[in-house]
Amino acid sequence: MLFFIEVTLSGLMAGVMYSLVALGFVLIFKASGIFNFAQGVMALFAALTLVGFMDEFGMPVWLAIIGTIAVMIALAWVIERVMLRHLVNQEPIILFMATIGLAYVLEGLGDILWGSDVKVLDIGIPQGAWDWLWDQGIYVEKLELFAAATAAILVIFLAIFFQKTRTGRALRAVADDHQAALSVGISLHTIWVIVWSVSGIVALVAGIMWGSKSGVQFSLSLIALKALPVLILGGFTSVPGAIIGGMIIGVGEKLAEVYLGPFVGGAIENWFAYMLALAFLLFRPQGLFGERIIERV
Amino acid sequence: MKSITKTLVAALLAVPLLGGTVSAYELTIPTLDYRTGPYAPNGIPFANGYSDYLTMLNERDGGINGAKIKLAPCETAYNTKRGVECYESTKGQGESGALVFQPLSTGITYQLIPKSSVDRIPIFSMGYGRTSAANGKIFPWVFNFPATYWSQATVFVQYIADQEGGMDKLKGKKIALVYHNSAYGKEPIRTLESAAAKFGFELMLLPVDHPGQEQKATWLQVRKERPDWVLMWGWGVMNQVAIKEAASIRFPMNRFIGVWWSGSENDVLPAGDKADGYLSGAFHQPGDNFPAHDDIKKYVYDQGKGKGERDRIGEVLYNRGLVAAMWTSEAIRKAMEIHGTNKIKGVHLRDGFEALDVDEARLTELGLPNFTIPVKISCENHEGPGKVALQQWDAKAKKWSLVSKFYEPLRDITGPLIAADSAQYAKENNVVPRICG
Amino acid sequence: MIYRETGQFKANYADDQALFPIAQDRYVIYAVLFATFAVVPMILNQYWLNAIILPFLIYSLAALGLNVLTGYCGQVSLGTGGFMAVGAFSIYKLMVAVPELGFITLVILSGIITAAVGALFGLPSLRIKGFYLAVATLASQFFLIWLFNKVGWFFNYNATGMITSPPMTIFGVLVTGPEATVTAKYFLVASIVAVFALVAKNLARGRFGRNWMAIRDMDIAAELIGVRPLIAKLSAFAVSSFYIGMAGALYFAVWLGSAEPTEAFDINQSFLVLFMIIIGGLGSVLGSFLGAGFLVLMPILLKNILVDGFGTDSALAAHIEIMTVGALIIIFLIVEPHGLARLWRIAKEKLRLWPFPY
Repeated sequence: MLFFIEVTLSGLMAGVMYSLVALGFVLIFKASGIFNFAQGVMALFAALTLVGFMDEFGMPVWLAIIGTIAVMIALAWVIERVMLRHLVNQEPIILFMATIGLAYVLEGLGDILWGSDVKVLDIGIPQGAWDWLWDQGIYVEKLELFAAATAAILVIFLAIFFQKTRTGRALRAVADDHQAALSVGISLHTIWVIVWSVSGIVALVAGIMWGSKSGVQFSLSLIALKALPVLILGGFTSVPGAIIGGMIIGVGEKLAEVYLGPFVGGAIENWFAYMLALAFLLFRPQGLFGERIIERV
Repeated sequence: MKSITKTLVAALLAVPLLGGTVSAYELTIPTLDYRTGPYAPNGIPFANGYSDYLTMLNERDGGINGAKIKLAPCETAYNTKRGVECYESTKGQGESGALVFQPLSTGITYQLIPKSSVDRIPIFSMGYGRTSAANGKIFPWVFNFPATYWSQATVFVQYIADQEGGMDKLKGKKIALVYHNSAYGKEPIRTLESAAAKFGFELMLLPVDHPGQEQKATWLQVRKERPDWVLMWGWGVMNQVAIKEAASIRFPMNRFIGVWWSGSENDVLPAGDKADGYLSGAFHQPGDNFPAHDDIKKYVYDQGKGKGERDRIGEVLYNRGLVAAMWTSEAIRKAMEIHGTNKIKGVHLRDGFEALDVDEARLTELGLPNFTIPVKISCENHEGPGKVALQQWDAKAKKWSLVSKFYEPLRDITGPLIAADSAQYAKENNVVPRICG
Repeated sequence: MIYRETGQFKANYADDQALFPIAQDRYVIYAVLFATFAVVPMILNQYWLNAIILPFLIYSLAALGLNVLTGYCGQVSLGTGGFMAVGAFSIYKLMVAVPELGFITLVILSGIITAAVGALFGLPSLRIKGFYLAVATLASQFFLIWLFNKVGWFFNYNATGMITSPPMTIFGVLVTGPEATVTAKYFLVASIVAVFALVAKNLARGRFGRNWMAIRDMDIAAELIGVRPLIAKLSAFAVSSFYIGMAGALYFAVWLGSAEPTEAFDINQSFLVLFMIIIGGLGSVLGSFLGAGFLVLMPILLKNILVDGFGTDSALAAHIEIMTVGALIIIFLIVEPHGLARLWRIAKEKLRLWPFPY
């Protein structure tokens, strides 16, 4: 029983780690209908930049973080200028492809700028098993606990941003209807820069958490693949969906791997996550919290 | 500007030198590096060591017996398709053609094995690739000395037995294998299963899918089942995460043994102090305190021709690249000796590999005393000695060091498995075993 | 002047509905076929055939398949790698079990097996749409690869799960295995691709093709006018998988010669083929070829220019290469979102009027 609790807890927290990546996807999809495949690479790029600032330039952590945020905002601006601006009104699949192109560019750029060996990222996040619970016989990773807390703060921050600020309201208007938003004088370009910046910052948070766990290296960009089932399960357009979807996927795949895996040879968590999401989709084709798709002839 | 002048001067100096040697025959050695992609952190030091050693031979001795070595780098990104392209584009390069391929990935090795016999270019898959290629009768063109994954697995079993106090103490013990869920990771399973049946320990298999960033479920299972020992066949980011997770569940590090591809500085550094005591397989010494390393620094790095960073010379994977280059160049020397010319091609080099005999005396001559095990290859045995030692990580000093003797593999376990697997290959591909001796 | 239909009178329905109604188009096709079978194998060396032309042809076949599904029927799929693996493992099992059926039959059989698997994994498309479907198809990708990696039966219980294609002959000529000449392989693959490209062209303009396009443009409307989504979508999945399965079979048996599921058929494979059809042109047979050509040739060309031309370090060259490929993709999408095939169509329109554009 204790073990079951332990697996569930670990699954919940692994799920939150996925959610951190999925959040970035949701933000961009909500505001511009773009399925941004470069989110994983953005996390890698942000983490690389952070480590680069700390190691190569000897900046203290807080300064490096601010510097990285500035870089991510600049990046968002460039992306909007060079790419998005010219792709307005294209079909979603074209935009999706463009973001994969973007992923390639960032991947190469990150490697050229900061090199491709494993970099140790340590910004003082506690790591290892939580002693108090360990004594009770349950293992919980401190880093993941910290990540969960960060995710919670992030979601609260985003909720306030979306609900209470002027920009947030503009964002929601754009998400609702591009043309209507344009007609009341909201600048699409500015909104896009803002939303890509915000998701760049979310990518930085995800990059820090995952990077602390495995060292910062190319593979970090592959976490995007773990976020995709979370995304379709929670719905492309819902911030809470990303969090709850993450938890369902996390718990589901861990329980499956631990209790089902040994009977079929193991390593099933990757496809199980997708199958689980698929099963949910058969009942709700737009994800748990996604906007209902209404089709008219 | 300065560098241009430098190049010009170097070129001027080089001209009479070239004229002075008997001929300008060049030995083309392709290097299928992977300096990009998810496995780049492991690929870079190996590639650096490999090319630095060969460059050093060029700079110090003017090549091998007067023939300069021409490196033909090709980036594979650890991707089989790119590897095929690299193979096709480099195999005919230069006057000598490609002399030998060091494919550096299980996928590319499997790809090249059938091609090697047609194109008559030997493959030196040093301690990786297809284990049953140790059978020289069926795989005359493939060499995987100094040891294979299967030998290594049996060495780990012996090491465990030594720590537990004898082979009979293995009975009832539980050993877990955490492996990369690919052809590479699955290599040791059969050997360990045979050993488990023979010595009566229990084997627990825990696959981890590529890339392996999330291994909670795997390590929770370890925590629940509490195996006495954990072995790991990991690669890339999987190594770092596994070591960290093992530290988190407070699994004793000195009971956690990685394959020789899971034991580099890269793998343990992210885990910090907690990785202290972690073990891995090895067939050469770590460190840069050998005369050959001094020569590399003097003739290569001081001239600005080094591939990597000076302070990373002597890392585990750097030394692995270096030892691969050393055996390759020794085989070239042998082939020149056998054929009485320095104008050798791949087909001649194969004979050099098959007659390779690098003993301790020769290692000392080469500036690598006690660096690795003596290797002697024969027609039927392409694995050579098969001996493996264990190295341990000291997190305080940030250094690896060998902590065990070199164990002999348990050939009564690996022998029949190699025979069976190579026979299956021969049957499926209509290969007639050649007769040795 | 050179290219127009004026003066080409159609005297019967058959002529009018021909695959290439304009005579010049037919000449171009004949010329291409002639070049493919007579000129190319003569002038190109082994490196070109093996490292560039063979993968180009095989990817073209896969791209054709995905184009049926995504281009004609509008269902985005990221499961291509998985389906190619089905084709590869089918032909491996068949080659070992029933080699006497002949290689071509085996290729087609493995296509049929893949078609069945594809139709099965296409079932969710009846309920799920758009990106939700795209991500859901990843389920098949991950599941199939896991299956081939895990179940020993598929790779005849060898130690590593790596499959190697045994030598086989057609009319006494070796086409698989290391001893086969690259020219023989080339003729085999080129013939298969030529025949099935024609079939695809034909399918696309027939009843099936029209149903698919109706579904793509608006599935509810299509349903209202009597197109059955179940039949249309599943047939698109089946036909698409048939092509992809054959491509996978050739990819493994003829080109690579040996493969392991986790690496040769990973998710990048799925993305690569999707790129091909988008760069080449969705819903265009020609586009499948152009896209495949572009994405196979492009990186190798860049690499050769950088490494051999400028002597760039091979690692740096690889980084620049991936950046350039990414940038080119973005530029292409900005300049011509309908793909290379669209450029060709525009050129043809211009040619019709040339030299009197008014």
